[in-house]
Amino acid sequence: MQGAGPISGSRSFLSKLREGDEIARLITFIFAASVVLITISLVYELWIGSALPRHKFGLHFFVSQDWDPVMDQYGALPFIYGTLVTSAVALLLAIPLGIGASIFLAELAPPRISDTLQFFIDLLAAVPSVIYGLLGIFIIVPLIRNVIYPALNKPFGFLPIFKGPSYGVGFLTAGIVLAIMVIPYIISVSREVLLSVPRDQREAALALGSTRWESTWKVVVPFAKTGIMGSIFLALARALGETMAVTMVVGNSPKIAASLFAPGYSIAAVIANDFTEATGELQTQAYIELGLVLFLLTFILNGLARILIIVTTQKGSKVSN
Amino acid sequence: MKRTAVLLMAVLVASGVVWAQGLLINGAGASFPYPIYSKWFDVYHQKNGNMQFNYQSVGSGAGIKQVTEGTVDFGASDGPMNDEQLKAYQDKRGSEILHFPTVLGAAVPTYNVPGVSATLNFTPEALAGIFLGKITKWNDPAITGPNQGVNLPGNEIVVVHRSDGSGTTYIWTDYLSKVSDEWKSKVNKATSVNWPVGLGGKGSEGVTALIKQTPNSIGYVELIYAAQNNIPYGTVKNAAGTFVKADLKSVSEAAAGAAKDMPEDFRVSITNAPGKTAYPISSFTWLLIPSKIQDNAKRDAIKGFLTWMLADGQTYAEQLSYAKLPKEVIEKEKKAIAKVQ
Repeated sequence: MQGAGPISGSRSFLSKLREGDEIARLITFIFAASVVLITISLVYELWIGSALPRHKFGLHFFVSQDWDPVMDQYGALPFIYGTLVTSAVALLLAIPLGIGASIFLAELAPPRISDTLQFFIDLLAAVPSVIYGLLGIFIIVPLIRNVIYPALNKPFGFLPIFKGPSYGVGFLTAGIVLAIMVIPYIISVSREVLLSVPRDQREAALALGSTRWESTWKVVVPFAKTGIMGSIFLALARALGETMAVTMVVGNSPKIAASLFAPGYSIAAVIANDFTEATGELQTQAYIELGLVLFLLTFILNGLARILIIVTTQKGSKVSN
Repeated sequence: MKRTAVLLMAVLVASGVVWAQGLLINGAGASFPYPIYSKWFDVYHQKNGNMQFNYQSVGSGAGIKQVTEGTVDFGASDGPMNDEQLKAYQDKRGSEILHFPTVLGAAVPTYNVPGVSATLNFTPEALAGIFLGKITKWNDPAITGPNQGVNLPGNEIVVVHRSDGSGTTYIWTDYLSKVSDEWKSKVNKATSVNWPVGLGGKGSEGVTALIKQTPNSIGYVELIYAAQNNIPYGTVKNAAGTFVKADLKSVSEAAAGAAKDMPEDFRVSITNAPGKTAYPISSFTWLLIPSKIQDNAKRDAIKGFLTWMLADGQTYAEQLSYAKLPKEVIEKEKKAIAKVQ
């Protein structure tokens, strides 16, 4: 064939394009590049679309608590606070439960049970978020009001996080609903990762005299640490962006409160609620700026995740060397 | 493969030809009147097969924006356009935009007080105080006063409002702005406000769900929603001093009472209207029609629809639980149709 040869660097691009390999490489490169392009254009649109409030409020947007469409004053702090608090509560509840469940499914359960339970967990992950919102309103809200609030407020009411009255809806309710939504993600990914740990590791640990639990907790889980952390950050990403389920149970009140029982608001919820009826350029663009803030938040948290993974794997490899 | 492609092209071309024959008029706006607009456009299309009205219920704010941009032929809004928006339209499109009231809606106070099954009477002062966060207990004298004989507990009131921007919020805050100076200066009226207290529910469904789930709560929903879902609601004292329970008749009365002083452009708030049996928290919902329509066919179609809407169209309103326009307003509107050119 004309131009074919083992030294690919010496040929022109077009002649390289005749081979199937190069075409495949080019096409898949275009696909990958398009993802990056879409992200860049998304950020660009958010940036351009929020010009008015950015110029008017500047960095004050991040620290002001006042969201008043009538007076045209916009401050994002209550929403940032609500997004972070509900996601934090969700992760605090979901991580121990999720990892514990995945350890059981991967290490300790017979394979048949493990597969059956995994089927149900996949089902849970596929349920639309609005259904979780309904679950929240009709089951978790009364649960909070009648069971959880008395149990936590009476003995621990002096703590700022458990102070004050409970309306059923609030940060804690939203956190619990979000936890239920992200647990399947943690379980699925962690279980896969744990199952893929080579058998030699377990066998070596058991051969050295460790108990079943010791081999699981001290050998297998640390080996799978990267994957498990990846699943946690996947869960975090879902929790940050969750809209419908949160807006149905968080109370939709743009106020900052230390108590977990107080009603709050999140960025995604307020955009979903108010954007379509926004009147006036400044108000509309303020919601777009909120979208930009959420994107920034996700970006920063994912960046921290990456750094954490790099640091711990480096530490791990240093130790093993 | 080639044959299917040719067949597909033929079908597409044919359907394109068929579609191109009818006149398509696009509108967008308020979600509150969507059911009745749907019905009207459908019935009107049956009568005039060659024209089709397409309405998207994207919200009043979006409707105003789109008709100003010119992406739709007409808009719809639960709140009249303010002077700033009128000017924006004038600057952008070079002509005026006209408001045509179509039907009437109302907002009613709904509540969930354990042990109370009676219909509660609310004064304007009570409602303003509750929503400002000043009246905090159910057995406050402002509430117990007009409800002698009802055993109201001393529990904390939980206020519920709409979290999404909505025409119902506009009606409610417009009323509170009229009856309470403090509300007007602190909160004012809009489709979305900075509520002093309370939980937010998404949509009338969200508010209703929250009220049902939360004892000692009070909130507001559209009259239609309350009627169709059998939700108990209270009475409100009107400007004449009567406690009126909202129904189609009392809402129409509010419009009739306001008809005498109605401005020519119909941009009027009819909350707290005069009239012995008028329900004070009522409002029009408007179609926003450009005063200059270039396309002759579209202009005639729209004018024809408006004429029909004021006559036969009104008969469909009550079936769908909307209050129809009173005679006085219909007469004024018929004359105003001539302004569309």
